[in-house]
Amino acid sequence: MSQALDENKIGGLGVSRKRVEDNRFIRGRGNYTDDIVLPGMLHMEILRSPLAHARIKSIDTSRAWEIPGVRLVLTGEMAATRNLAWMPTLSYDTQAVLATDKVRFQGQEVACVVADDPYIAKDACEAIDVEYEPLPVIVNPEQAVAEGAPLIRDDKAGQADNVVYRWEVGDQAGTDAAFEHAAVVSKLRLHYPRSHPSPIECCGSVADFDRATGKLTVYMTTQAPHIIRAAVAMVAELPEHLIRIISPDIGGGFGNKVPVYPGYVCSILCSILLERPVKWIEDKTGNLISTGFARDMYLDGELALRADGKILGVRMHAEADHGAFFADAQPSKFKIGLLHSTFACYNVPAAHLTARGTYTNKAPGGVAYRCSFRVTEAMFFQERMVHQAAKDLGLDPAEFRRRNFVRADAFPYRTPFGFLVDSGQPEACLDVGLKAVGYEDFLRQKEEARRRGRRLGIGISTMTEPLGAGNSREYDILGIKMFDSAELRVHMTGKALLRVGAKSQGQGHETTWAQIVSHELGIPADDVTVEEGDTDTAPFGMGTYASRSTPVAGAAISMVSRKIRAKARKLAAHLLEVSEEDLEWELGRFSVRGVPEHGVTIQECAMAAYGNMPDGMEPGLENHAYYDPPNLTWPFAVYIVTVEVDPETGVWDVLNTVAVDDCGVRINPMIVEGQIMGGLTEAYAMANMQFITFDAEGNCVGSNYMDYLLPTAWETPGFELHSEVVTPSPHHPIGAKGVGECAAVGGPAAFVNAVMDALDDTGVRNIDMPLLPDRVWEALTQHHDVSGAPPVRTDD
Amino acid sequence: MTTVHEIHEEATGDVPIRRITITVNGERRVVECEPRLLLAHLLRQGLRLTGTHLGCDTTNCGACTVLVDGRAVKSCTMLAVQADGHEVTTVEGLATASELHPLQEGYREEHGLQCGFCTPGMMLSAKALLDENPDPSEEDVRWALSGNLCRCTGYQNIVKSVLWAAAKLRSE
Repeated sequence: MSQALDENKIGGLGVSRKRVEDNRFIRGRGNYTDDIVLPGMLHMEILRSPLAHARIKSIDTSRAWEIPGVRLVLTGEMAATRNLAWMPTLSYDTQAVLATDKVRFQGQEVACVVADDPYIAKDACEAIDVEYEPLPVIVNPEQAVAEGAPLIRDDKAGQADNVVYRWEVGDQAGTDAAFEHAAVVSKLRLHYPRSHPSPIECCGSVADFDRATGKLTVYMTTQAPHIIRAAVAMVAELPEHLIRIISPDIGGGFGNKVPVYPGYVCSILCSILLERPVKWIEDKTGNLISTGFARDMYLDGELALRADGKILGVRMHAEADHGAFFADAQPSKFKIGLLHSTFACYNVPAAHLTARGTYTNKAPGGVAYRCSFRVTEAMFFQERMVHQAAKDLGLDPAEFRRRNFVRADAFPYRTPFGFLVDSGQPEACLDVGLKAVGYEDFLRQKEEARRRGRRLGIGISTMTEPLGAGNSREYDILGIKMFDSAELRVHMTGKALLRVGAKSQGQGHETTWAQIVSHELGIPADDVTVEEGDTDTAPFGMGTYASRSTPVAGAAISMVSRKIRAKARKLAAHLLEVSEEDLEWELGRFSVRGVPEHGVTIQECAMAAYGNMPDGMEPGLENHAYYDPPNLTWPFAVYIVTVEVDPETGVWDVLNTVAVDDCGVRINPMIVEGQIMGGLTEAYAMANMQFITFDAEGNCVGSNYMDYLLPTAWETPGFELHSEVVTPSPHHPIGAKGVGECAAVGGPAAFVNAVMDALDDTGVRNIDMPLLPDRVWEALTQHHDVSGAPPVRTDD
Repeated sequence: MTTVHEIHEEATGDVPIRRITITVNGERRVVECEPRLLLAHLLRQGLRLTGTHLGCDTTNCGACTVLVDGRAVKSCTMLAVQADGHEVTTVEGLATASELHPLQEGYREEHGLQCGFCTPGMMLSAKALLDENPDPSEEDVRWALSGNLCRCTGYQNIVKSVLWAAAKLRSE
């Protein structure tokens, strides 16, 4: 007679458990950084440069000091006396904390003021007089590498031009040979425009230096508190045990809250100087013009094709605009992130990629906005190329993909760039998607509509994303290897405290992590408290970004639970007076083999760990695990979009969006679906409206939400989600793969391909994102490719 | 009804100070503040009602939405002195001590939030809608929420949450 628990009842794996964290958020009782109030707290405001490139001739702070309530006016020169005018970035570059010599982008931090009240601090910033001598401005890679271009980073010894890096991967000779044998070569020049992740909550910090103890506590909006602690230890020359980083509730991250920003450093420095807590909360304009941009990449690609549709080779050159400082978190083995994950789900015999990063007079860019280190650009390139190749060959784009997919029985599959893709069922996902959207029927409707002067289009995008950075063989940030961690304490009554090195920014970790413990141990999820984000209590972890929480931290939670179970087994053997080998485990309970009614629960084992352990056993039931994944996990997805384009106006409406996500085992299906819908919205935004551009003087066009357009509930279409295909990761302890970014990564090409499909008789091959009505209208009426900013390739 | 007298901040220099009276979540509050103080800051810093969030300072994101005399207002672009003599409802005023408001239940039931930062403002915009239109269509809900930005959810579940609450309120 089994007394096994039901995972559905205890909130285990696969249960759409309601979110634990919602309880405080819906009552307005979240605790975000701006909600922190400490006794004696002062307020900091930053003065930013109005110019994109200028020499600083003088900074006069005397008027600011005179304002009552001002406690400190800090300039770069003063910061330099503490060795803090410059800081290292997460990419082994340097970035000015407060500009001393030049400003290099609009919005760069020039000075800061600390005052009794944020209003006074703002007044005082306006009272600082800075004299600038304007310098020529560079706003794109073409200008950056042009002859005679002004040197942006003249602060760096040995930096003779504006190139950050040159990079290449793949087999050039083999790829050249493939192109020689091609029946058709399909080419596209694409621009993935600069975008800002723009969580609704801006960045901020509350730094509190205690002179008596020497301890620095910083509450801050960071996705990676332990990495920040390491960075602060290196920059401020304080030891880690005297630094506590607390990342409280975070109002969205999307990669924007990974880097170290000057505001954080200034608030720390000001707190040390004043010996009082200093709060800095960025405003939206400061956030949009100075913090982690993404994308801004020109992609110049070619596919070598056989007449029957077989892809023979892939070539691509990427020009990446990194702004004035190369400041994104960078896994050091991959200069340009995971761009070379492109075509990982297609059987491509030869491929060769080159990339060049440049400095320009823009804010530091290149963060992985809701993506795993540049995978968004890689998948956009892949799926736009595939769509165009099919059209160039006169093949159906779905059929073209089918002919080139890696077959499900060919996994694990080694890509031309060396990745080992663990598993997947691309064709099965495509089948589900095509059936859901009514593919054949839609193609007939499209033809029929075309005859009546209406323009319908259908776009497919497939993608696979390498998730779970890292494994420590290949991934590190600032030399710190990438893994993650969990610590589990089971109290004597069987209630538990789980601490994790990841850090939720809304992903629902408090809910799903408890479900993993519940699945592994049979402890009801409601009995497991989850804590993250405090470096004094959480085990060392690399934080949450690149959809790495479930693949890495989630695995660590499984592993620590299994360690607990192993000790509980010893306790059960002691309690039941049998040997461990005679015990069987069922969810939440050990029983004697063959005598199922003779058993003890995990809670009874927990009690025994504190009161009735065998002689010689260390008391307690707690442990920790550091998980270093053997490989990345590779979710796969198919996104299919149908649109109608109005030929009179260029406006396009989404008719239907179908998403088929195979992300392996789903811990909490409700939360997974929420993540997919959020990602699809960001994909729609990229394709439709969301981009930041700059004028020739380097003025950021899009410094507030009136100019930086984000979709609302009114524009955003509905989405149809499918979860029929499940390919568990072969190496993840519970077969999960990660999913939060997939739709944002793979989605944009589906929207663009759909609009391009609606225009497929016009000779137009490309319209660069965002597909604004005027761009679509221009393409329709002028019959030529439309680029928001012309792609550039200047051979050097 | 309790009357409290709170000094928001000390006067500095020659900055004028105004005394205002606001009823917040049913409670009368008397406050002294600079005329330039925004309502959002009065609620958050002055009255410690931190459920009202500031996302953009420019009336676009809607995270700071509160009800003023029952109408949805973005408190980052209203001066505190303009609320003198008026009734303000914030997210803290939605639930009673023992019971959640149906909107709060709806957001939880239909997974209408992720990071939770935009949620208070969203719920108050939704409350203004439901007070006026107890039986809204999906389109009505989408239009009513079009002044509130969310970057996490994709809105689909937010719309479902509001419709869930509308149905519950109608059945009560």
